[in-house]
Amino acid sequence: MFKNLLRRKSSREIAKDRLKILLISDRVNCSPEMMEMIKNDIAKVISKYMKIDTKSMEIQITKTGNKGRNLKNPTLYANIPILDLMNHDIP
Amino acid sequence: MSEVIVVTSGKGGVGKTTTTANVGTGLAAMGKKVILIDTDIGLRNLDVVMGLENRIVYNLVDVVEGNCRIKQAIIRDKRYPTLFLLPSAQTRDKSAVNPAQMVKMISHLRDQFDYILLDCPAGIEQGFQNAIAGADRALVVTTPEVSAIRDADRIIGLLEANEIRRIDLVINRIRADMIRRGDMMSSEDVVDILSLPLIGLVPDDENVVIATNQGEPLVGTGTLAGKAYQNICHRVLGKEVPFLDFEKGLSFWARVSGIFHKG
Repeated sequence: MFKNLLRRKSSREIAKDRLKILLISDRVNCSPEMMEMIKNDIAKVISKYMKIDTKSMEIQITKTGNKGRNLKNPTLYANIPILDLMNHDIP
Repeated sequence: MSEVIVVTSGKGGVGKTTTTANVGTGLAAMGKKVILIDTDIGLRNLDVVMGLENRIVYNLVDVVEGNCRIKQAIIRDKRYPTLFLLPSAQTRDKSAVNPAQMVKMISHLRDQFDYILLDCPAGIEQGFQNAIAGADRALVVTTPEVSAIRDADRIIGLLEANEIRRIDLVINRIRADMIRRGDMMSSEDVVDILSLPLIGLVPDDENVVIATNQGEPLVGTGTLAGKAYQNICHRVLGKEVPFLDFEKGLSFWARVSGIFHKG
């Protein structure tokens, strides 16, 4: 018990976390490299209009419903911190 | 009414053949007429696990190629009169049979048996396609490990794409002591990740190795794994049976074997 509290994460939790990320990309047939490319392209487009924190932005594909294993409604979720909204005059 | 069940996993060595042998034997012990078909062409194993390796004359490929009648290739089990085995070929490769031939052969067997169990090879190539071609439902076997679960997930996707109408999960080699320490994913974790109905929890029991050494399925014996397989059979037949508590079971067996070792 005590050991568990002192350790940062049990190997069981590490396994679970790794699998969750792995299976999402497996199921949608989307490689981590492709995710990185999508992320960079989104960053480029958004940067045209506002200043964003590209280093801490993250994107991932999630399921909409929690039930069932089908990714029939996969959603691309993007978390993009904005640094400055007033940077550009929008035409 | 016969039901064709494919036992599959993706990853090798997680217990497909042991599950096929024990579930098939258990169903036969319950009075069902059962045939086990080894679809792993080139790497046959089910005959050895069943202890029937010395009785093989013809095999699956002989049947498909028309070298013999299907009756000549089917071996009757030495323990149960309603249990049969159709062995695989050892000297051929997976391309010797195609899915259409499997479907045809299985449709011939449907009116003779209550349950047809197909032991699927590891992987997702032709051997897998052959095994699932004629199946109504599937038992997906996995262990609480990252690699086995990842492969199981891939397999489940392929089964769904092939319109297998019912898919159930068997989690094998569970170690209650490791789960307690936080060093193994629990059955709840695995079910949560794979989102499949659970049909069996099988403990990591050394009796499985002993039974395989002897060529005797252990379903129905007093061992923890034997009980677990028996419960899977009941659930295959549609009965609701509570899952075994390995914590209890383990400490009990640990105690018994502890006494044994001292003596």
